[in-house]
Amino acid sequence: MKLPLRFLLPAVAFAALVGFFIVGLQKDPGEIRSPLIGKPAPAFSLESLGDPAWRVGSADFAGRPWLLNVWATWCGGCREEHQTLLAIARENRLPMMGLNWRDDRNLALRWLEQLGNPYVAVAYDPEGRTAIDWGVYGAPETFLIGADGRVLQKQIGPITPEIWQRDFVPHLQAAGGEG
Amino acid sequence: MRIVTLAAAGLLAFQALAVDTGQAFTDPAQQARYEHLIRELRCLVCQNQSIADSNASLASDLRREVREMMLAGRSDAEIRAFMTERYGDFVLYKPPVAPRTWLLWLAPALLLLGGIGVAGMVVLRRARAAKSDPAALDEEPGPS
Repeated sequence: MKLPLRFLLPAVAFAALVGFFIVGLQKDPGEIRSPLIGKPAPAFSLESLGDPAWRVGSADFAGRPWLLNVWATWCGGCREEHQTLLAIARENRLPMMGLNWRDDRNLALRWLEQLGNPYVAVAYDPEGRTAIDWGVYGAPETFLIGADGRVLQKQIGPITPEIWQRDFVPHLQAAGGEG
Repeated sequence: MRIVTLAAAGLLAFQALAVDTGQAFTDPAQQARYEHLIRELRCLVCQNQSIADSNASLASDLRREVREMMLAGRSDAEIRAFMTERYGDFVLYKPPVAPRTWLLWLAPALLLLGGIGVAGMVVLRRARAAKSDPAALDEEPGPS
């Protein structure tokens, strides 16, 4: 039996709509792909968290891959990912810089004292200007910058060992790191 | 009664807080331009608010950037470009017209045309049916 078009058409349209919803609803609207990926990392030079007389910046690790982790003591996800950051730092594959975002210096220093410090250096950005240049909209965020100074990967939200292995490590191996 | 008044006052106060009402510029034309711009930019933390409506700290940082760029004499287009370079097109409430957004922009017109087409076909078919056999119309299932 051939179904008349006027039954078939709405059914097909409905199925298409359901298809869109199935795909669309599984996406996280909170995750906005960074337009920065593949572009040169924004340059910055900020006070060091630990020593205001010391400047830390994007030039410090020029010529080698490095990580930039945006964190703050008011950020719950940052506490969640801290153990993973420490584990990544222990791997000693590449230096990790912290960007302390819109935070209180003393609280931030106490946090590192209590939880451990995975960072080689921490830039202090209380006004959030550098964070805006990097398109940061919620901590934690983690960027991988390649040896050529381009942003290779961005993680929005707490990083886990799985995410690290899946999204970051392949870039390091492709770049000829010790992998 | 007092509690109701208090609650109402609280609600009103909350609403007043939720919007950035501070004068950023003394020049009314500049102020209008500023308000227009911050209404066009989406707050990325609270995605259904513009940075004009949001109290989030990121929104206030972005308002500050807009203000400073205006003071530096940047054009609206430059300010929008500054935002999209960092946050992508998503930061604009109004997506740009580009090949990858043509479908988005044309969809309403396409749907309207499709609707007109379907309606036209139905009307034509009925008219033809009525002409060839006026009684056929009464056989249509309907609320009888």
